[in-house]
Amino acid sequence: MQFDSLADFFAMGGYGFYVWLSFGVSALMMVAITVQTRMEHSKLLAQITTEKQRQVRIEKARKMKNVSHVR
Amino acid sequence: MNQLYNGVFLRDLTLAFRQKSELMQPLMFLVMVVSLFPLGIGPGPETLQRVGPGVIWIAAILSSLLGMERLFRDDFMDGSLEQLQLSGLPLYQVACVKVLCHWLVSFIPLLLLSPLLALFLHLTLDMYLVLMLTLALGTPLLSLVGAIAVGLTVGLQRGGLLLALLLIPVFIPLLIFATSAVESAALALPYRAQIAIIGAMLLMAIAAAPAAIAYALKVSQN
Amino acid sequence: MWKWLHPYAQPKRAYQLCTTLTPWFWTAAVMCLALGTIWGLAFAPQDYQQGDSFRIIYIHVPSAMLSMSSYVAMAMAALVGIIWQWRTAYMTMIAIAPIGATMTFIALITGAAWGKPMWGAWWVWDARLTSELILLFLYFGVIALYSAFEDKQQAGKAAGVMALVGVVNIPIIHFSVEWWNTLHQGSTITKLDKPSIATDMLWPLLINLLGFGLFIAAVTTMRLRNEIIRREIHRPWVQSLVEQKEQDHAV
Repeated sequence: MQFDSLADFFAMGGYGFYVWLSFGVSALMMVAITVQTRMEHSKLLAQITTEKQRQVRIEKARKMKNVSHVR
Repeated sequence: MNQLYNGVFLRDLTLAFRQKSELMQPLMFLVMVVSLFPLGIGPGPETLQRVGPGVIWIAAILSSLLGMERLFRDDFMDGSLEQLQLSGLPLYQVACVKVLCHWLVSFIPLLLLSPLLALFLHLTLDMYLVLMLTLALGTPLLSLVGAIAVGLTVGLQRGGLLLALLLIPVFIPLLIFATSAVESAALALPYRAQIAIIGAMLLMAIAAAPAAIAYALKVSQN
Repeated sequence: MWKWLHPYAQPKRAYQLCTTLTPWFWTAAVMCLALGTIWGLAFAPQDYQQGDSFRIIYIHVPSAMLSMSSYVAMAMAALVGIIWQWRTAYMTMIAIAPIGATMTFIALITGAAWGKPMWGAWWVWDARLTSELILLFLYFGVIALYSAFEDKQQAGKAAGVMALVGVVNIPIIHFSVEWWNTLHQGSTITKLDKPSIATDMLWPLLINLLGFGLFIAAVTTMRLRNEIIRREIHRPWVQSLVEQKEQDHAV
């Protein structure tokens, strides 16, 4: 360990602001792009589900219509 | 075969001269942008001389971006580009002819206008001669590389701004070498290296760009 | 020789490969990044000239190096797509672009944050920072061109051409900016000439470099999966993905 205390570690020899700014922004960007990618994934899966449900509803409606025609 | 190329060339020239306003607008824009700089940063001859070559080159690049779309847009819209593709001529050669025509029509007037700009910005004769040289070698490069991006964006509804976004970073090296050549000339330093590099970039573009333009046009035609 | 690679051009196989690889990339990336960052921040010795501010190197250098490599990787994917007409290659290309842009952005931010204490200004038109900025513009160009097209197959081809134009330009840009920099810049900014870096400092850097690379790989595989789903959304195998997921949840 290069630093004597935790406070020392956070101060980074007076450069704390710059060091933590860099590491913070980088971590934030990396988390952001990961989260965005994951959200996109679940959105796509949700889109597939809704389209499927819509398909089922269309089928159903078609069947009902056919029945009414017979009558 | 040669006749066909002549036909394409003459047709492009005729069409360009029919739409005079479209030819004039980028040039007017160029002069206006250049005249904005003295108003913005002060009329001191030394300052103007210092920033002059950069200003002229930036204005030239911006004004060329305005007129660039004309290269393929009309031909794409009315379907004559498709006819050219079906004509059996190699598309990259057709692209060469069209680029040459575009250069003649939009950049020769710029070269003719450049003495005026040089006077506006108090360039010395040495600087002006080198500026002419960089413009003569650099503007064909603008046409060739620009044509690739025009080919890619020609099918899009609003391709104009996108075209600028794509091309500005690509033109940065040209801007750097051209202005540095003129500055070297101003300081009576050797400037041949910069000119040689611009020439090398031009040769590379002549070799590679036509194929890329042809491919881009095919992609746009889909 | 490369025949074993061909099945992976098929989107379904590529998707399955990505699904297998993603967790491994993530595990390795998190491990490397944690190890490299903690080592670099807390245990690496201080730089005798720059004090503790040099610790920014542990993210600045990897992100800057990998932003360039990502661009080259993107252009290679574009070339593969254009030559062999692989749709998956274009998908890979556009999967890399945002993460490459993110790396470039990180390199710029950390460069600015390092420049402030060292050079006394947030932004200095230093050759490397400037070429990094132009690289960001090039990434934006590729992404903007891709998203401008409705037809994504066409979009991939067009963005591929632009990526290739950019990759030819990168060395020229780098060289020209370096030249411009030496011409214009006085000696106010002394390039900190680095003597060969000490091994204690080097190890965390190498580990972080690996970690960033693995992170890029992990995000790329994830984004590639998204891209494949988006393009193949009406195929039966994609439709069955949801069922599989539901079954997994049910169990």
